[in-house]
Amino acid sequence: MPKKYETPLLDELEKGPFPSFVTEIKKAAAKNDMAADELGQLEKSYRERRGYWKHGGIVGVRGYGGGVIGRYSSLPEEFPSVANFHTIRINSVSGFFYTSQILKEMCDLWDKYGSGLTNMHGSTGDLILLGTSTENLEPIFAEFSSRGWDLGGSGSALRTPSCCVGPARCEWSNIDTLDINYNLTQEWQDEMHRPAFPYKFKFKTAGCAVDCIASIARADCSIIGTWKGTIAVNQDEVANYAKNGMNIKEEIVDMCPSRCMSYDGTELKIRDEDCVRCMHCIAKMTKALKATGEKGATILIGSKAPFVIGSTLSWVIVPFIKMEPPYDEFKDLIRKMWEFWDEHGKNRERIGELIIRKGMREFLEFIGVEPQPQQIKEPRRDPFFFWTEADLQK
Amino acid sequence: MALPQRRTDIGPPHYKDFLPPVMLKNYGDWKYHEILSPGLMVHVANSGDKVWSVRVATPRLLSTDTIREFADLAEKYCGGYLRWTTRNNVEFLVSEEKNIEPLQKELKEKNHMIGGIGNRISNIVHTQGWIHCHSAATDASGIVKALMDDLADYFTARETPNKVKLAVACCTNMCGAVHCSDIAIVAIHRKIPKIDHDKVKNMCEVPSTIASCPTGAISPDPAKKSVKVNEEKCMYCGNCFTVCPPMDIADPEFDGVAIVAGGKVSNLRSNPKFSKLVIPYIKNNPPRWPEVTEAVRHILDAYIAGAKKHERVGEWIERIGWEKFFKVTDLPFTFQHIDDFTIARETFRTAATFKW
Repeated sequence: MPKKYETPLLDELEKGPFPSFVTEIKKAAAKNDMAADELGQLEKSYRERRGYWKHGGIVGVRGYGGGVIGRYSSLPEEFPSVANFHTIRINSVSGFFYTSQILKEMCDLWDKYGSGLTNMHGSTGDLILLGTSTENLEPIFAEFSSRGWDLGGSGSALRTPSCCVGPARCEWSNIDTLDINYNLTQEWQDEMHRPAFPYKFKFKTAGCAVDCIASIARADCSIIGTWKGTIAVNQDEVANYAKNGMNIKEEIVDMCPSRCMSYDGTELKIRDEDCVRCMHCIAKMTKALKATGEKGATILIGSKAPFVIGSTLSWVIVPFIKMEPPYDEFKDLIRKMWEFWDEHGKNRERIGELIIRKGMREFLEFIGVEPQPQQIKEPRRDPFFFWTEADLQK
Repeated sequence: MALPQRRTDIGPPHYKDFLPPVMLKNYGDWKYHEILSPGLMVHVANSGDKVWSVRVATPRLLSTDTIREFADLAEKYCGGYLRWTTRNNVEFLVSEEKNIEPLQKELKEKNHMIGGIGNRISNIVHTQGWIHCHSAATDASGIVKALMDDLADYFTARETPNKVKLAVACCTNMCGAVHCSDIAIVAIHRKIPKIDHDKVKNMCEVPSTIASCPTGAISPDPAKKSVKVNEEKCMYCGNCFTVCPPMDIADPEFDGVAIVAGGKVSNLRSNPKFSKLVIPYIKNNPPRWPEVTEAVRHILDAYIAGAKKHERVGEWIERIGWEKFFKVTDLPFTFQHIDDFTIARETFRTAATFKW
């Protein structure tokens, strides 16, 4: 039987309506020593208001340089079963779809080799197997990979790409997010499993500007579906929305950021050439409005969390690109970006930080993209700019 | 027993093997969707086919027992098909209308929270905290549980002017989406790191440790074969600890959380926005962090009272102005709110237009 701990502080978090992570740990702890010691150590953290995990050592599986996060308790004598408590990142399915059968199979394996605790899912999108020992890493990898599951990314590598639900269930998606996600993941298996970049690199794919995967904030490369064309208006459905209580002028027309809409009580008009495709009108009147025309994506680069230069949101590099299998044009572009980054990037420098350090011109020239006003919010304010010899000859 | 043959570089399984037949059949051919209740929506295909999604909250950290329970429910009512959302909710994908009611009934009997769809508070994106991370300055799961217990009504029933996305990050690495959330919690330190010079010598690469500092506060200490920290420049971000373990920065007395607000990632109506500092410090108070839940509730109430329909928290604040935000929330404005990091000048008011 696993060791039992008194957990008066954590017990408080079993109360209340929201599902309790403490209950989850206790369920696993009832039959697993690692989960029991995790619970004991966490109670101590609550009591003393600090964590008790050490920096990860380098652990992994043969042939890979990433996918496993080593973690060691700083109190191994007190909590011996979490002396090693490594995390394994399993590359999830595009759109986080599962069958009950595959989930049960995974659970049986994880109960056998690990703590019985998971995260569904990690922020990047991996299925996280939370807590196992070093000697179980190879068996777990053999069991999972033989059933068709591979590890995700960690370290200075391509991280596991993820995407929104896309065309599997959403009428707004302009691109096949699930296929793009699957295709890129397969194309760049080597870059995922064997870290060779200056730092991490993340792809996220969103079907439209609603960005349900937060790509613009959490991916070095944000692929956001868009269209060149018109918004088709079904005036009968517009009338239905009005009849059902929507104040179309206040809620739709006046909230349009480009002020390209008008409504006279019977007809909704859109000046498509002025629309910035923000999705507000389509999202609020999904039965009435539909994007039509050529579909593709905007490619934005550079978002990241604060370290080192401060948080960034991705910015536009390529305003429009077709995204159709096998996505060669897109892949060539990415390979050029990586070449630029590999050549110039400092240790632990994200690609966005590098572009800011080197300047957009050097980056755009290297990847072969022309300067375009869509790439900026406004032109520079100061008169300090570079001229090359070639510019002077023009 | 011998292990099966390992395989490498196979990537994830193909998604089409996991889609319910109705989604496979109508892939990319959906007409519209409707939110039928706080945790139920229907997607209607051009073919006329329908799929219902029943959304349920999870604590993200799940035991295998609970995953099996979800799998059993999916087998009973959904042909075995289910998915997780990008905010770590579970969605049961129902193809037969007659199964919706019994599924919802059984979920309720098992005390699952159904909801999170539409203009509500959905699940809180969060991180590892004291459960698994070495650099955590707070526990993410505990704060999330305390907040969601307090705000449960907004998940299962009540509406807000627009979605309110909450996030918790257990240090300034901000794994997840804290920097672009409507209201978010980020753990911070307030004391400079304590350096164990003997260990720095053996464990750390000095140049990369120096380069990790956003404010240039670290310099070499050749006599000790170590580094020193300029107290006047250090903002306690903890990045040096990430690259150099003997620069321990955790301090239970002074660690705690800050609250930021007004971020968003969608492009709807206004451009994506960063979250901005609204409360510089609240102490860690496990297990329920009552000061944190009270502060979030306070900001949320002000937003609900002041925002127009469809306005996100950040859009509301921009419309009324930050000076009005601090007035209506009655939150103290301090030196900590005035940026003095790299983009400081972008944040100054370069105009005489403001409200009293």
